[in-house]
This record gives sequence, C-alpha cells and structure tokens, in this order.
Amino acid sequence: MSDITQSGPVLAADGRPLKRSLARALRMQKLRALLLIAPLLLFILVTFILPVADMLFRSVENRIVQDTLPRTVEVLADWDPASGQLPEEAAFAALAADLKEAANVKTHTKVAKRLNYENPGLSSVFRKSGRKVKNWDIANDGPFREKLIELNDGWGDVELWRTIKTYSGTFTSGYFLNAVDMRLGAEGPEVRPENERIYNTMLIRTMRMSLIITFSCIMLGYPVAWILANLPTRQANLLMILVLLPFWTSLLVRTSAWKILLQQQGVINDTLVWIGLVDDANRLVLINNELGTIIAMTHILLPFMILPMYSVMQTINPSYLRAAKSLGATDWTAFWRVYFPQTVPGIGAGSILVFILAVGYYITPALVGGTKGTFISNLIAYHISTSGNWGLGAALGAILLAVVLALYWVYDKIVGIDNVKLG
Amino acid sequence: MADASNVDAFVEFERVQKSYDGENLVVKDLNLTMPKGEFLTMLGPSGSGKTTCLMMLAGFETATHGDIRLGGTSINNIPPHKRGIGMVFQNYALFPHMTIAENLSFPLEVRKMGKSEREAKVKRALDMVEMGAFGGRRPSQLSGGQQQRVALARALVFEPELVLMDEPLGALDKQLREKMQFEITHLAHSLGITVVYVTHDQTEALTMSDRVAVFDDGRIQQIAPPDQLYESPDNSFVAQFIGENNTLEGTVKEINNGIALVQLDDGELIDCKPVNVSRPGERTRVSIRPERVEYNKERLQEGVHTLKAEVLEFIYMGDIFRTRLRVAGNDEFIIKTRNAPDQVRLQPGQQIEIGWLPEDCRALDA
Ligand SMILES: Nc1ncnc2c1ncn2[C@@H]1O[C@H](COP(=O)(O)OP(=O)(O)OP(=O)(O)O)[C@@H](O)[C@H]1O
Ligand SMILES: [Mg+2]
Repeated sequence: MSDITQSGPVLAADGRPLKRSLARALRMQKLRALLLIAPLLLFILVTFILPVADMLFRSVENRIVQDTLPRTVEVLADWDPASGQLPEEAAFAALAADLKEAANVKTHTKVAKRLNYENPGLSSVFRKSGRKVKNWDIANDGPFREKLIELNDGWGDVELWRTIKTYSGTFTSGYFLNAVDMRLGAEGPEVRPENERIYNTMLIRTMRMSLIITFSCIMLGYPVAWILANLPTRQANLLMILVLLPFWTSLLVRTSAWKILLQQQGVINDTLVWIGLVDDANRLVLINNELGTIIAMTHILLPFMILPMYSVMQTINPSYLRAAKSLGATDWTAFWRVYFPQTVPGIGAGSILVFILAVGYYITPALVGGTKGTFISNLIAYHISTSGNWGLGAALGAILLAVVLALYWVYDKIVGIDNVKLG
Repeated sequence: MADASNVDAFVEFERVQKSYDGENLVVKDLNLTMPKGEFLTMLGPSGSGKTTCLMMLAGFETATHGDIRLGGTSINNIPPHKRGIGMVFQNYALFPHMTIAENLSFPLEVRKMGKSEREAKVKRALDMVEMGAFGGRRPSQLSGGQQQRVALARALVFEPELVLMDEPLGALDKQLREKMQFEITHLAHSLGITVVYVTHDQTEALTMSDRVAVFDDGRIQQIAPPDQLYESPDNSFVAQFIGENNTLEGTVKEINNGIALVQLDDGELIDCKPVNVSRPGERTRVSIRPERVEYNKERLQEGVHTLKAEVLEFIYMGDIFRTRLRVAGNDEFIIKTRNAPDQVRLQPGQQIEIGWLPEDCRALDA
C-alpha cells in the first residue's frame, strides 16, 4: 500500500525506480529484435535509402563548374551580367588558365556538357577552344580577351559568361527549373520558350493517364474480386490462378502480345474489319498512342488491384447483405449502402498500389506508347542512360516522388490511411 | 399436416422440402402452421435444418418443393426485401460502417420515411431496448449484449409483424442470456409480434416459447407447448432431446386398458403408457423422467410393478438430490428428489426398489 501512496516514482523490489528497471529489462529484448532485422535494415539502407538520398542530392548538386573553372568563377563574382558588357581582361585570363589546366586532364568536355544543358551550343565553344588553349603559355601570351574571341567568337557573347556565372554555385535550382520547363534567366527564373517545353506536359500526361489506368483497374477489377470472394473455394482457386497468370509470364512477352493484338494489321483490327464494323481504309489506331498504353498497362496492373480488393471482400460476412435485404433494401441499395462502403479500404489499397506503380512505369509505355503515350519515366530513363544528364533525371525523379507523397497525403486526409487493407 | 383452410394461420409451411445439392434432402416434408402472435421455437441438434427453414421463410433460400404462406398468400416468389420480415442474425450483422442510430434508421430510409419520423422511431426503438444513450457509437464499440439489443431493435424498428431470430443469444454468457431471454419474450408479447426463434438450447426453448418444434433429420419430430413436450414426448428422440430422461429397453408383452406391460431385457416387468407401440411383441424404448421415479415404498401405488435398483452415487445439489442407480443393467439411471425435511438420503451400495405411475412411463419407438 505504501508503494501506491508515496509521492515519488514507483520503486521496484530492489529500490530502483520501476521505470528504469523496466527499461533495462526491455533493452535486451529490443537489442535482440534489432539484431534480427539488422540485415534487412542494412539491405534497405544500401538499396533504397542511399540511392534515393543520392538522387535527391544529385538533383541540386553542381560542383563541377566551380571545380573545373575555379579562377574564372572567382573573378566573375565581381561582374554584373546585367550591365550587358563583357567581363574584364582578368576574367579571360582566368578562363584561359582554367581551360588549359582542364584540357590537360580532359575535364573541359565535362564542364562543357554540363553548361550545354543550360545554354545549347556552349559545348562546342569549350571543346574547340580547349584543344588550342592547351598549347598557350598563360604567363606570357596575354592579353587573352582578343585572343579568345578570335579563336571562337562564342567568347564574345555576354550570354555565355552569364551562364558560367549563374551556374557557378555549389548547389543549383537549375535542374528543378528545367524539370518544370523553366530556366534561370538574367532576371531570375523564367519560363522557357514554347518550343523547349516538354516536362510539364509529360508530368501532367503521366498523372492523367495513371489516374485513367487506376480507374479502369477499379472498374474491371471490382467484379472479378467480387466473384473471387463469392465462389466456392475450388473454383475461386482456379480463378485466382488466372488472375495471377500474368505474373508468371514475362512483361516483355505480354507487352509484345498487345502489339500483335492492337496494331493496325493486328488481330483486333482484322476482326473488326472482317465483321464489317470498321472500314478497311480506316483501321483503328489502337497502339503507339495513349490508348495503347492505357490498355496494356491496365492489363498488367490489374492483379495489383484485384488482390487487395479480394482480400477485403473475403472478410465481409454475407449476412450483412442478407440483413440489409431483410430490412427492406433492394439488391442495389444493399450493395451500395452496405457492401460497397465496406470494400472501400480494398479499393483504396489497390488504387494506391496501381497508381504508384503506373506513375513510375517505363517498359510498357516505351514499347506501346509511341510518342503520344510515353511517360515521364521514359524521359528520366533517357536522361539517365542516353543524354547523361543525371541531374535533370534526378530532379524529375524527385518531383515524381514529391507528387506521389502529396497524393498519399491527400488520400490520407480524405479516406484515411489506416483505412487501407492489403490483406 | 397443415390445414390450408385454417383461417387463423399466419405463417404456413405446406409440404416443404429443401435440398442444396440435389442429392440429400435437408428439409423433408415440413408442415407447420402458426397463428398470429405466437412465439414458436425451432429446437434441434446441429445440422437438423433449422436455419434452412428460417432462410426459406426470410426468402434467402428457395424451397425445392412445397408452399410457404404468410398471411394467407404464398411468398415463394416474393423477394426478401418485400416480405417485411424482421430478422436477428446470430452474429447480429450490424453494419460496421454505420453508427447505431444509422443502423436503425436504415430500414426506415429504404422505406422513404421522413427525417423527423425516422428519428422519433429510432429513438423509441433504442429506448425500448435501453440503448438510448448509444445512438452515436459504432457497433464495434459495444459489448456483445449491447450489440444483441441493437440487433433486436433494428429488427423491430420498422414494425414487422413477423420476426425471425437465429440463435440470437448464442454468443452471450449464461447470465446475460437469461436476462435477454426474458426481455425478448416480454417485448414480443407486449408488441404482439409473431416470432420464429431458433436455438439449440432446450432450456431457452422451454422457457421462452408458446410452442416448440423439435427438429431432427429435416423433420419436425413434435410440435407442442413446452409442458406437453416435456411431459408427453411423442417419440424417443424428443424424450431424449428434451430434458433429462431415463431409458430402458424391452419388448411389449401385452396391452390392456391403455396400459402396456413391458418385459425389460433382463426379464423384469413394468407398466407403461403405450405411445408408439400397438402390438405385443414390438420392441420398445421406455422413457421415465428422473423426478417421476419414486423409491419411498409408502408412496408407491398398490399393485404396480417395481424394479430392483442399486445406488451407485449420491450427489447433493442444494435444492435437489441427484442419485445414480443401476437399474436393469443400466448404470446411468438417474433419479431426482427434492431436498425436503422428510426426504431420505440414499447411500451408495444401498439396495432399493423403485416404481412410478404407469402414465409417467412412456413406451416409445425403439
Ligand atoms: N449453403 C449450403 N449449401 C449446402 N449445404 C448446406 C448449406 N447450408 C446448410 N447446408 C446443410 O444443410 C443441413 C442443415 O443445415 P442448417 O444450417 O439448416 O442446420 P441448423 O439446424 O441450423 O444447424 P445449427 O444448429 O448448427 O445452426 C446441414 O447438413 C448443412 O450441412
Ligand atoms: Mg443454424
């Protein structure tokens, strides 16, 4: 009794505070649990968290200009590009020195490539000059202003110097601005000219098509999940195999099959022409456009919608529907007021899964999307593997990540994330 | 057999059969007539077809053969939602995504009732089961007994004339069960509704019902008021199923003046009331209730046959004594005696003679 009435902390039998004894007892347990999941944690760290962090870092990182052209960057700090005047001789001298050094270790092409993303044409100026400048004597050959302009009149362009100055910081918002069709102009961020805009359109198209695909999956998957949940076990298992069958065949094979079905000389068009629904001269364009991507991706992602819906529907006792009907509800009312609301968590889980997968999908749009049906991820892949502009790829990836997280947040606000059941 | 011309009949099953798989009949030739306002219980072992009958009445299963009538009209082709039958499910089936008030309001909404009228009825129904304070809660926030009350209120709120209940108290503990048994019968009688109640708890059936229909093997074995069912079972299944019962097997020797003389398998003779036997030579199973057995010689009738018995066990149960005997080779012969001041307490090993009134000993089918 005295234990309870005393004012201080509750004490354990040995006189130590109970809280501390409990923590000590639990620490061993927690440590052991941690050890068990340590391999997994390590795996996730190496394969997931680090790459994502690296991606986020790359999307703003910009050391290369500073590292390759240190003297130039320093001198240009005092120059005001808004004046419309070329920088002083000192800047040209510093550039010549930097360029000579860089050309010797061949890093001038890299900085050229980087700056070329921001100001197309800049790359050749660097490359051509680099070869010549390598042989100059920096100490004695001055002054360099005329010499450089003579070598390549690109150096007489104020815009070139502005680009170097703008992108001389350690970090840059340039990649992100680029990813939303903007750039750092003389007066801060500005929208790119019409003919250079592409990413916003792609991002919006990706979102719109992913939503359409998610919606199609709901419409097609709901009845299948319902049948699965209401068939006797044996037939349900058979049907389940059919649902899972796509997982057992290669994604490429399936996508190619869609090509055969959907192309203008394909099975579907042939059948429609044969029936007479479609004129031979006006065969339907079902592939290499948005429609093709939507059809093929809906098919591929359908199981991810069906499975969570099925697992939720399975837990709904049929007596709810009977109760609703005995209370006077028609079949439709019973479904809509009683059954459907209980399946919302399954629809939510399936939608999140399908949408997130769709937003990042890349093989199928690349194969059946043509030019009109490609996704933002196809551009990311292009920048990562073909153009080598990793920073832009990373920025696009980061934007995609942010959009998905934002949608997740919205979903949580509207439906509630604890209302999601995956099984 | 049901009498179709019966004007009082409210619920009628006429020659109803049901098969799920086309091979076995789950319900075989069911005939049943209920007047309005009756509380009828279907009692029977698991799998005897009680739920199936209820589902056919509610419209969730169709009868394979036969006719089901409600208020004189056949309901075979009326869909469940138009039958206007209230139903309480074993698992309550309260809609988990709706509050209690919304659950109760649901049947009124689908009947397109106005808002103020709905609210008044919901409130009245909740008050009736003493759940008025819980309207805003979700079913998962209620205890089992509270959910049960809500389910009852929901089945009654739209004022159906017929209410079906499928083991509504199955999930409750004994004390709550007894309380609810009382409340349900009380409500049913005060509202004047007709109730078909399913249970496999015989005490529940006996205490609640106007009549009990004992089911076995897809047939009604006997349908009678509780006292009649207990005291005059029609066959040995009912005798065994309802209450405690002693059975002895034997052969009918003769039947005279409504009394059958039965020779037990060990040769002893007893007097019985012939129920399911008509000819000498027939095999029979004799049934006697434990509290109708007498061992006090002075109270036994003159001239009746008695049996020798050995006391095996004496159990003191407070209000009664329960004594286990060996009678005619049966070690499970039980007698019950009231704990009265003049009552003799039998000792194990004691040899006694037992007897009974011939009408308490029923010669049933073997
Ligand atoms: N949907 C069904 N399909 C096939 N057979 C069924 C179905 N429902 C019930 N049965 C069978 O019909 C018989 C009667 O079942 P029913 O549910 O009516 O029994 P019950 O008397 O309610 O039993 P319990 O007391 O266990 O609830 C059982 O043998 C059961 O296996
Ligand atoms: Mg049942």
